[in-house]
Amino acid sequence: MDSRANILQAIAKNQPTATPLPDVSDIAVVDYDSVEKFTATLVGIGGQVIEISDIQGIVEYVNAYHAGNQRIISTLPQLSSIAETTWQHDDPHSLENVELCILEAQFGVAENGALWLTEAQMGQRVAPFITQNLAVVVKKSTLVPTMHHAYDRIAQAEYPFGLFLAGPSKTADIEQSLVLGAHGSRSMTVFLLS
Amino acid sequence: MKENQNHAELAENFIKDGERTTWHDETLWFVRQKRDKAAFQLPEWENLREAASQIKHNVLSNMHDYLLAFEEKAKQNGIKVHWAMDALEHNQIVLSILKESRVEAMIKSKSMLTEECHLNEYLLENGVEVIDTDLGERIVQLRDEKPSHIVLPAIHLKKEDVGETFHQHLGTEKGNKDPQYLTEAARQHLREKFVTRKAALTGVNFAIAETGEFVVCTNEGNADMGAHLADVHIACMGFEKIIPQRKHLSVFLRLLARSATGQPITTYSSHFKKPRDGQQMHIVIVDNGRSQQLGREDFRNSLKCIRCGACMNTCPVYRRSGGHSYHSAVAGPIGSILAPNLDMRKNADLPFASTLCGSCSNVCPVKIDIHDQLYKWRQVLVQEGHVPFAKKVAMQAMSFTLSHPGVFGMAGKVGRKVMGMAPFVVSNGLNPWYKQREMPEPPKESFREWYSKNRNGQ
Repeated sequence: MDSRANILQAIAKNQPTATPLPDVSDIAVVDYDSVEKFTATLVGIGGQVIEISDIQGIVEYVNAYHAGNQRIISTLPQLSSIAETTWQHDDPHSLENVELCILEAQFGVAENGALWLTEAQMGQRVAPFITQNLAVVVKKSTLVPTMHHAYDRIAQAEYPFGLFLAGPSKTADIEQSLVLGAHGSRSMTVFLLS
Repeated sequence: MKENQNHAELAENFIKDGERTTWHDETLWFVRQKRDKAAFQLPEWENLREAASQIKHNVLSNMHDYLLAFEEKAKQNGIKVHWAMDALEHNQIVLSILKESRVEAMIKSKSMLTEECHLNEYLLENGVEVIDTDLGERIVQLRDEKPSHIVLPAIHLKKEDVGETFHQHLGTEKGNKDPQYLTEAARQHLREKFVTRKAALTGVNFAIAETGEFVVCTNEGNADMGAHLADVHIACMGFEKIIPQRKHLSVFLRLLARSATGQPITTYSSHFKKPRDGQQMHIVIVDNGRSQQLGREDFRNSLKCIRCGACMNTCPVYRRSGGHSYHSAVAGPIGSILAPNLDMRKNADLPFASTLCGSCSNVCPVKIDIHDQLYKWRQVLVQEGHVPFAKKVAMQAMSFTLSHPGVFGMAGKVGRKVMGMAPFVVSNGLNPWYKQREMPEPPKESFREWYSKNRNGQ
C-alpha cells in the first residue's frame, strides 16, 4: 500500500466524531469609520497614505518625489507618461532594477491596513515584492471594515494568485529592532482615491 | 550542544549569563504585551478564539474528507500533490523533485516542518545547497545553530552576535552591530540568491479544502521573492494545516499575527492557487506521527496549533530557559506536548519543563488546553516508564505525604526546625531548589497550627 493510502487510512481510523462548523458570519464588531481606521492602521505599520481626487494626483506626486532616471513600472495605462506599462510578459528577473512599482488594489481592509490584489492587478506576481518602493492606488469607497467583510467580498472569485498586502516589508529578527525593507519593498504608499 | 542532555541541563547552560537571561525574559514578555494590546483592541477577540477552536475541531473530525477534497482541487489547479508517511519520505520527495529539475541549489523560507524533518542536513548530504531566506533563520544557519523560536528564530542572540556572524560570513564591518545596517547587508546578500536560484521551498500556514489553494504568511516577503522567481516551487505542510473554506481565513488571519507579534496582520498573506505560466508547483503533505496523535484523545487538540508562538512568549519557563533547551524543532509549551508523540523516550523531560501555570492555554488563539496536556503527558510518561527513578520515588513520597495529614504536619514541623537551626542542610548545591535562589526564612508555625490556635479549632 502506498503512503497516501496509509496516511488516509490511519486518519480515517483515528479522527474523532464529527463536530459542526461554527457560523462565522456575525463575529465582527465595527465601531469605527473605515477611512480613519485604515489610514491610522497603515501609518502604524509603516506605510503612508496620500489622498488624491484623480489619477493625475499620482503623476504629480511621482514627479515631485522620484528622480527622472529611476525605473518606474505600472499596470495603470493612465500612468504611461511616468511609468513603463508593457512589462507584464517579460522575464520576472528583469524587474530586479525597478525602483517604484505602482499598482491598483481591488479593495482595502480598515482593521489591518491590508489591500487585496490578485495576479491581474500585479502584472506579475513578483512585482510588488521585487520593487524597491511600492505604491498602490485604491478607491476610498472600496474600504471594508474587517477581514470577514473582505472574504465576503472575495467570495468564490477565481484567481491564480491573490495577496493581502499590509505595509512595507519588515523584520525584527535582530534583537526585536524593527527594520523596514527586509526583502520586499522598502516603502509602501497608498493613494486613497476619492 | 551535547547529545542526550535534558531540558534542565541545557537550561542550566543558558542561564549562566544572568544578564542575557534577563534580557531574553524581558524581550519575550514585551512581545507578549504587544499581543495583549492587539487582542484587547478587538471586543470580539474571545469569540474569534472560540470560532477558531471550533473550526479546527471540525477539521480534526473531518480530516480524511478535507484532505481528499484539497488534493482533488489542487490537482485541478495544476499543482502536483505528494504524500509522505514520515520525515525520510518527505526529504526523499523533495530531493527527487529537485533532481528531476536538475537543481543543485535551493532557497527556503520559514518552515518548521522542514526543521522537524531535518531536510537541510539531508539535502546537503545529497549534494544540494540550501539557503534559508528568513533573516532570523539565515542568521542561525550561518552560525550552524537551530532556530530557538518558531516565529523569532534568532531571539536567543544579541545584535553583537549577529554583527560578528555577518562580519565573518558576509564581510560586514567588524564591530558594526546596527540592526538597520545588518539587515541591509542580508537584503543584498539574499537578493543575489533569490535572483539566481531555480527552486524555492516554502511552508504552508493554511491549506483550503474548498479551493485547493494554500496561504503563506510572512513579514519579510522572502517566501514570495523565492517562489515568484523560481521555476520550481515546493510547498511542504503537515496535514493538520487544512481548513475547510476560504472564508475561514478571516478568522485565522485576524488571530495569527495579533497572537504572534501584536501586528494586525502580517505584511504579506499570499494565496497560491495555481502555478504561474511555465512554473512547476508541488505540495508535499506530511504525516510524520500526526495520524497517531490524532488517535490520542487526550492529545489530539495539539494538532489545532497555527504556530503563532504566543505560548512561548508567555511561558515563564521558556522565557528563562531559551528555545534550545527544548532540543526539539518546536520549543516551548506547544513543542512539549507535540514532541513526546514523536519520541517518548527522547522527549520525556519536556512535559516537566513547565510550572503548569496555564498562561499558555490562556493566550492560545485556537484554545488548545496546553497545560492540561502537559499534565496528562506526565501521567503517560510515568506509566510508560520514561521518568527517571529518583523523580518517580520523590513523587511517590510526596504523594504519600500529601495524602496523609498526620505525616504532612510532622514533615512540616521537622522541615521548619531543620531550616531554622541548620540552614546549610538545605542551602547547598545538592538541593536543586537552592540553585539560582536563596531559600526562604522558615516561618515559626504552619498555617494549620496558627489556625487551630487562633480559631480554637472552629
